Amino acid sequence: MATEFVARGSDLELVGIRKEFPGFTAIENLDLHIPAGEFFALLGPSGCGKTTTLRLVAGLEAPTAGKLLIGGKDVTSTKPHERPVNTVFQSYALFPHMSVLENVAFGLRQRKVEDPLKKATEALELVQLAHLAQRRPQQLSGGQQQRVALARALVNRPSLLLLDEPLGALDLKLRREMQIELKAIQMEVGLTFLHVTHDQEEAMDMADTVAVMNKGRIEQMGAPEALYDRPHTVFVAKFLGQSNLFIGDIVESSASSLSINVAGNKISVPKDRAEKHEGKIAIGVRPEKADLHQSKPAVSSNDNLIGPGEVLDIRFTGVSNQFLVEIPGIGQVTVFEQNEGNSTVALGDQVYVTWQVAHSFGLADLPDSVEE
Amino acid sequence: MRFSLGRAALPIYAVLAFVYLLIPIAYTFVFSFNDTFKSNIVWRGFSFKNWLGVCNEQGVCEAFGNSILIGVVSTIIATALGTAIAIALVRYDFKFRSSVSLLLFLPMATPEIVLGAGLASQFFNMGAEKGLVTVIIAHVMFCLSFVVVTVKARVSSLDPALEEAGSDLYATPSKVFWKITFPLLMPGILAAALLSFALSFDDFIITNFNAGPLSTFPKFVYTAASKGIPAAANVVGSAVFLVAILIVVAVQVSSTIKERRLKAGK
Repeated sequence: MATEFVARGSDLELVGIRKEFPGFTAIENLDLHIPAGEFFALLGPSGCGKTTTLRLVAGLEAPTAGKLLIGGKDVTSTKPHERPVNTVFQSYALFPHMSVLENVAFGLRQRKVEDPLKKATEALELVQLAHLAQRRPQQLSGGQQQRVALARALVNRPSLLLLDEPLGALDLKLRREMQIELKAIQMEVGLTFLHVTHDQEEAMDMADTVAVMNKGRIEQMGAPEALYDRPHTVFVAKFLGQSNLFIGDIVESSASSLSINVAGNKISVPKDRAEKHEGKIAIGVRPEKADLHQSKPAVSSNDNLIGPGEVLDIRFTGVSNQFLVEIPGIGQVTVFEQNEGNSTVALGDQVYVTWQVAHSFGLADLPDSVEE
Repeated sequence: MRFSLGRAALPIYAVLAFVYLLIPIAYTFVFSFNDTFKSNIVWRGFSFKNWLGVCNEQGVCEAFGNSILIGVVSTIIATALGTAIAIALVRYDFKFRSSVSLLLFLPMATPEIVLGAGLASQFFNMGAEKGLVTVIIAHVMFCLSFVVVTVKARVSSLDPALEEAGSDLYATPSKVFWKITFPLLMPGILAAALLSFALSFDDFIITNFNAGPLSTFPKFVYTAASKGIPAAANVVGSAVFLVAILIVVAVQVSSTIKERRLKAGK
């Protein structure tokens, strides 16, 4: 056996990685550590450098600067076929001139592993496609091709499995099914998964850790819940879910909280939930944390209250009603309310918006449209 | 039903076009069975004697053999070189790539008579003796462009992710080429090889300039034509035509069978 099967995944470490292409810099300076056995998602819009990062790890691109370690071993200068890494490509990249079984056995044959066909069949059983082993890839549906691509990578028991938007080409229902299946397989085989996606729901749903990438840098990294609850930058607040942002100069600073004044409305954030403690700051709140009131409610210092404003739009999405409220001097605020069947708010109504100060978050930067 | 000119025009045109295309071929084929005496211009009756004694005519089979040899050797060389060039042009970025692409078109655009004469004077300058080698060099030169163009189209349509997947799955660069790139390019490479063999086999102009005393089939027919084409030329021409048709039919049939099998498997 040329390369031993690993029982468990390996750590991946990127140290000071930089990648320049003629004319632009895809990755500025990336440091990243992914612990063994973790499901790690790189999330970002197209062109943010996430796919380049994945190709660097696979060895399909060489970094301009920096080091890459897999399981503590420096692999920066090794070729793709020498790395204990396998990729599930966005286009699946199944070999059209080979049967499904031969596709899956390809990696085993290259490494001269014993009994490649038996192991390939087992891998196909894992993804429930053993009955289609003799077909050509073109004869399979998109979801089946995706699973063959997964089996073809998994069968090699790589230290690290790279997934390049593997669910991108599937329709919504199949996508959800595959997400569950993929997560289950990862738990079963215990490999390290590095998953690249632009779908924030997919990233949050599947990954243990999510890194949000923007313009070749990691903006923020953490558990999905933490990222959602406390985004640090405007980009993360807007890319990961929806956010209402309020911008103003700090007018009050107590031991535990900061307050800004926006057109006569006082908006507060706990100090330990704010990234910036002076000058002009942006405070945000998630739409589902906010409440609507048809008359001015009495609130304590634990709550923020803004308004009144006019209801511009109501969108019914089934689970929730989404209200768009225009508040003079502040702008448009989005509020989600659970559809409990008792909402009496109508278009054109004057409403107030409240939320707990503890649900506010203060950002480190300001939206591009606002000057310091 | 009333006769309508509009409706009849297309079939009539199609039939005429086919007649126009097929008359020379049919003539050649039919007259290969003529019971010839001295010349092969008047029909004198049906006979197999030309087919059975094709090599009796002096020089026919030697010329034919030379043409086959030149065709096979220059096809192999041109296809191998052309495939490598096509892959380089599509897959790798290098200095003067677009100029190389453009230059490769030149031999196709240049009149053969100019290529032939130019090459002949080069061989003369170098003091090279004209013969088999010079003809093969000349044929490789003009076949190369056609191979590059044909294979390039195939390489462009090949998803680079397939080769990346190969190296990702532990295949060394040479394994990636032989297990993935080459089999997937095969239809294009085959088409290019057939094309260059056909071009080489019936080339007269460039060959005539560079062959010296060496005889090839087109040269033989040209020389013979001045005193009436021997029936053996009709036989060889018909045989080549039949082989070509057989190959096309075989390929069609086998791909139809494959397709049926694929559909049946679904």
